[in-house]
Amino acid sequence: MDIDLMMRVYPFFLTAAWTTIQLSVLTALLGLAMGALGASARLSRFALVRFIGAAYVSLFRGTPALIQLFILYFGGPQIGIQLDAFEAGVIGLGINAGAYMTETIRGAIISIDKGQREAGRTLGLSQWQATYKIILPQAARLMVRPLGVNLNMLIKATALVAAISVVELTYTAQRYIGSTYKPFEMFLLAGVLYMIIIYATGRAVAWLDRRVQIT
Amino acid sequence: MSDKDHFVEIRHAQKSYGSLEVLKDISLNVERGQIVAIIGPSGSGKSTLLRAINDLDPLTGGEVWLDGVQVNKSLPHRQYEKHINEMRQQVGMVFQHFNLFPHMTARENVTMAPMLLKGLSKAEADKLAEEQLDKVGMLDRIDYYPSRLSGGQKQRVAIARALAMKPKLMLFDEATSALDPELVDEVNMVMKKLAEEHMTMIIVTHEMDFAASVCDRVLFMDQGVVVEEGPPSVVFKNPTKDRTREFLRKHLAGAA
Ligand SMILES: Nc1ncnc2c1ncn2[C@@H]1O[C@H](COP(=O)(O)OP(=O)(O)O)[C@@H](O)[C@H]1O
Ligand SMILES: [Mg+2]
Repeated sequence: MDIDLMMRVYPFFLTAAWTTIQLSVLTALLGLAMGALGASARLSRFALVRFIGAAYVSLFRGTPALIQLFILYFGGPQIGIQLDAFEAGVIGLGINAGAYMTETIRGAIISIDKGQREAGRTLGLSQWQATYKIILPQAARLMVRPLGVNLNMLIKATALVAAISVVELTYTAQRYIGSTYKPFEMFLLAGVLYMIIIYATGRAVAWLDRRVQIT
Repeated sequence: MSDKDHFVEIRHAQKSYGSLEVLKDISLNVERGQIVAIIGPSGSGKSTLLRAINDLDPLTGGEVWLDGVQVNKSLPHRQYEKHINEMRQQVGMVFQHFNLFPHMTARENVTMAPMLLKGLSKAEADKLAEEQLDKVGMLDRIDYYPSRLSGGQKQRVAIARALAMKPKLMLFDEATSALDPELVDEVNMVMKKLAEEHMTMIIVTHEMDFAASVCDRVLFMDQGVVVEEGPPSVVFKNPTKDRTREFLRKHLAGAA
């Protein structure tokens, strides 16, 4: 193993890791927004809106994320959508992650005992008041861990945007392999950095989960 | 404005789930300050009837009136929501499984609705919570979360939560059925206290002794109909219907 080489190139990998982190954060934010929208749609009292929510989930969970990225980045210009690679990466992965988060958020909401809403309605709360005072605060606590799982998957999925040449960790590893012919060292370096990002994120999620629980 | 002379008036209540008819033409009047017990075997429709009163389980036929206003009147969705939220503020409900909000302390459980719906300030709501929790003997646990309370304590907080809205009518659906036997009395004591204050109450219960001691009237329901009703002295001691006798024999034997 060429440790010297690894020491020499790792600053460039750090820069690339920073791009991976930015991608992850933006994707997670967009995913959360789409997930909240999707879950609201899935739980709507209007059948058409529920159908749109369900279609969103099956479409984006039912096809490879890579194909979704390709359609957006390479196919987009054909239908007038011009995005640079980073933008396409965030939007493509964010919409994809949102489909998974839709199900996570919906799952947490429907797992709250129906007696909770009833107790609120009995006091005279409206449907919406019962939702935001009673259901959402409880569901939010239940969501932290499974959203953490979504986040873990999403960070790993950012590697896909190497295929549309966003200069993040995976792409950087591939580029240095081209000049060094040391795939083992380069992918190992990238792998270690991914692990650090994912481990730190996992710890943060566990911390948040502990913080929000009621003792 | 209405020809309804009774405080609570249920007229020809009918409820079906698909082809299953759960309430079959039930009529019932309750006067202000009266306490009515509903007894009957499991599945006879007691909860459904009680929950129809505040439209938690809407009837498929018939009318419910409270204090001269029809609860289940037909209105466009938006207007109906507004109407029913106002009606429900006047009716307190206590559930078998308490349904306390686990993410709120006892105090917050009590103050949430008055602050949200009646615009009470934090200070006013706190004072109200202290009063109501004191009344049910829970003042010393005011800042406890429900997870740290026993079943009996939870139910007392749930009663305080309902009372904080200053309801005209209280509905109890087997309020003590989920409690360990030694915790039943503390909840019954609170209900007795309300009886002494002439709160109007409709109580679904399996506790015949308690029903006999606090209620003015007892209804025996079976298979969606009121089989027999009258003062406890009559229904419990000299029931006229075979089905009532049968039920009481099983039930009192089980309790003994
Ligand atoms: N949501 C529902 N869907 C279908 N059947 C129901 C529903 N709720 C109650 N029932 C049925 O209605 C009947 C009466 O139930 P309920 O009022 O809860 O009885 P009780 O409170 O006297 O035990 C039972 O046969 C029950 O299975
Ligand atoms: Mg019942």
